[in-house]
Amino acid sequence: MSWAEIGLVVLRVVLTFGLLLVVTVINVWAERKILADMQNRIGPDRAGPWGILQTVADGLKLFFKESVTPRRVELGMFLLAPFLAVVPAFLIFMMVPWGRPVVIGGNEMPLQGADLNIGLLFILAMSSLAVYAVILAGWSSGSKYPLLGGVRATAQAISYEAAMGLSMVAVVVFTATQGEGGTLSLSEIVTRQSGNWGDISPLFAWVPRWNVFPQIAAFVIFLIAIVAETNRAPFDLVEAEQEIVGFHAEYSGMRFAMFFLAEYVNIFSMSAIAATLFLGGWNGPTFEGVVPGLVSALLPTVWFLAKTYAIVFVFFWVRATLPRLRYDQLMTLGWKRLIPAAVVWLVVSSVVMGWRQFGPPWS
Amino acid sequence: MTEDKRTDTIDIWVAGTEEPEFQPTFEGEQEIGPEETGGRLAEQYGSVVDDDYLFDDEVSEDERMVINMGPQHPSTHGVLRLQIELEGEVIRRTKPIIGYLHTGMEKTAEQLTFGQGTTNVTRMDYLSPFHGELAFSLATEKLLGIEVPPRAAAIRVLMTELNRITSHLVALATGGMDIGAISMMIYGFRERESILAFFEKTTGLRMNHNYIRPGGVAADLPAGWKDDVAAILAEMPRRVREYDDLLQYNPVWLARTKGVGVITAEEAVAYSITGPTLRATGVDWDLRKVFPYSGIDQYEFEVVTGENGDVYDRYRVRVDEIAESLKIVSQVMDTMPKGDYRIPDRKITPPPRARIDESMEALIHHFKLFTEGFKVPPGETYAAVESPRGELGCYLVSDGGPKPYRMHTRAPSFYNLQGLPIAMADSLMADTIATIASLDPVMGDVDR
Repeated sequence: MSWAEIGLVVLRVVLTFGLLLVVTVINVWAERKILADMQNRIGPDRAGPWGILQTVADGLKLFFKESVTPRRVELGMFLLAPFLAVVPAFLIFMMVPWGRPVVIGGNEMPLQGADLNIGLLFILAMSSLAVYAVILAGWSSGSKYPLLGGVRATAQAISYEAAMGLSMVAVVVFTATQGEGGTLSLSEIVTRQSGNWGDISPLFAWVPRWNVFPQIAAFVIFLIAIVAETNRAPFDLVEAEQEIVGFHAEYSGMRFAMFFLAEYVNIFSMSAIAATLFLGGWNGPTFEGVVPGLVSALLPTVWFLAKTYAIVFVFFWVRATLPRLRYDQLMTLGWKRLIPAAVVWLVVSSVVMGWRQFGPPWS
Repeated sequence: MTEDKRTDTIDIWVAGTEEPEFQPTFEGEQEIGPEETGGRLAEQYGSVVDDDYLFDDEVSEDERMVINMGPQHPSTHGVLRLQIELEGEVIRRTKPIIGYLHTGMEKTAEQLTFGQGTTNVTRMDYLSPFHGELAFSLATEKLLGIEVPPRAAAIRVLMTELNRITSHLVALATGGMDIGAISMMIYGFRERESILAFFEKTTGLRMNHNYIRPGGVAADLPAGWKDDVAAILAEMPRRVREYDDLLQYNPVWLARTKGVGVITAEEAVAYSITGPTLRATGVDWDLRKVFPYSGIDQYEFEVVTGENGDVYDRYRVRVDEIAESLKIVSQVMDTMPKGDYRIPDRKITPPPRARIDESMEALIHHFKLFTEGFKVPPGETYAAVESPRGELGCYLVSDGGPKPYRMHTRAPSFYNLQGLPIAMADSLMADTIATIASLDPVMGDVDR
């Protein structure tokens, strides 16, 4: 591996990391602004133009605040939990291709933190790991309300992880029929979604070849599951302010900021994964030859961000609309509705795909 | 069976029997105790809980956790403190602890003249200040034996009914917020604001108006009040439909409220629960119908009732009562009589400002009213109005002086709050919030 290649690896990791930080800062602000708009309010408008620097101001404030350590905490776990929340949140996004590979000085650089061939498995592993942060934070705080939050997180994570995984499996099975063999690599999944559905019927020639069309049920299940996975309204039982104050009630200063950061990073990375798996990732018209080369090289990133933000918007929209579910209703929805639906969808779509590929079983 | 349990576990002093010895309460005595202590603590169960496991099931103490909710909890509507015994997420026992907002307002009333009294009572239930003022004024007028002019009575009905709307809007807004419908919070307060603007125009203040006073009201309605009220009447139905879109047709909202925090009609009556909480159980008890005050019986409206007495029914009753109040307001607007807005008796109401410069008599009256106050014949009386939370009564004792000898308020929030333990028994932690919000207690009203 030459120095140039190593430099490119470092560059792409730094770029991915930077992109994630920037969009997270914007996301926090965007959520407040969008919620404010939906509720006839103004929202933050003091720091910077349209209040866009509000997040930076809040972040700086939290950074300089004292991180209080209550007396009765389990110190090790208490200190570990915020990091356990942040690190997986960032690692998840490393798997997501956020633009078409670019060629710099003869070396091709994929716009992606790391292109693992087991990308999806890595994502599942990391999102499971992130739950430990909530559980440990709740448990190690030595306080009753956070403990309740931690207990809730345990149950919630188990039930929604399963539904999320199953809807991913449906996509993986489907992707395997779209090219040479199966793949778990996200960049490969994106590549296989280029083009359109013209081969099914000329009527569909204008429909992009996104997985969402054949896998619509999996998409819906995945969308619900990621809202639950990121502990967002209406599934924000873990930090239901009105009920149990939240698993991070005992955290303050930068430690609290890390949980906060992890939540918004997770929203963005999960939306990015949804966009990648179902909405074709960075696929989109690049107008090559019509517009300057640099623009057409960056356009895929724009498409990717547009698709991701469409899903991020759904997160905010749902929060403004729906009341919070109750603990038992959350479980009912997870185990009695989503998981059976995901299993049935997986079986049905597998049978249909097998039929299409190998013909009817009696042939 | 229920009856037995109630009588032998709870020691209530009944009027006419021998009075028990006075026992001071200490902070420590309020703590939730171990279950084995039995009898004395049985009230923590809520007296009519006759299901269950509270007495039958053997659960080890390790599985229970006593958790303190409040007085600084965001969803206890002020400074209500609940001690909750949890088994996992399931609530087994609840003990509401009150007194964190006790400011001795009933005692303060003994130091204020009857004319100043409304300033005091208006601060008790700060979400329905007009009702507090009205109850106090009606009681004082009963003792004085006077009747207010028809215009004053009509203005009182107009203001109290508008006040009912604002209070119910707050209940809907905070109730929605507590269940997690954060947009409802803003919407409810937005509509309330439009009515408060009218209050401000009329009384000078947004709350704690001191507008309804013994002898009438403080000032006539402002010029152009009909346009303002008409604007409110035109706007509100559309807004209420918006709430329906947000909540009524929302499966999550229905799941969170239906069958939650149930209080049956028998329990509600046994606990003297009144207002929307009682009507949600199906009992059509509304003081505006059964003991009409201030001429409210001449207006047409329905008493809204529910069926199951759960959080959903209470929410529904409130939304429908907004519509009924709007009906009353529109009738008052059309039939507003002409005439005085307070009785012309100068011994009770101050003379017009202009008269003070011309007439010695007027000056003396004015001076006497604002230094000594008017004297009220000795006697005791009770007057009650239907506040947004239930029967808001004012018990007044006068010894013939210008100040009440004793003033007691029958605060609906206080009585309704007693139903909390039975409404919450066996429910989940999340339902606590929904139940408290649906009872809509105002802690200023509870503690006084």
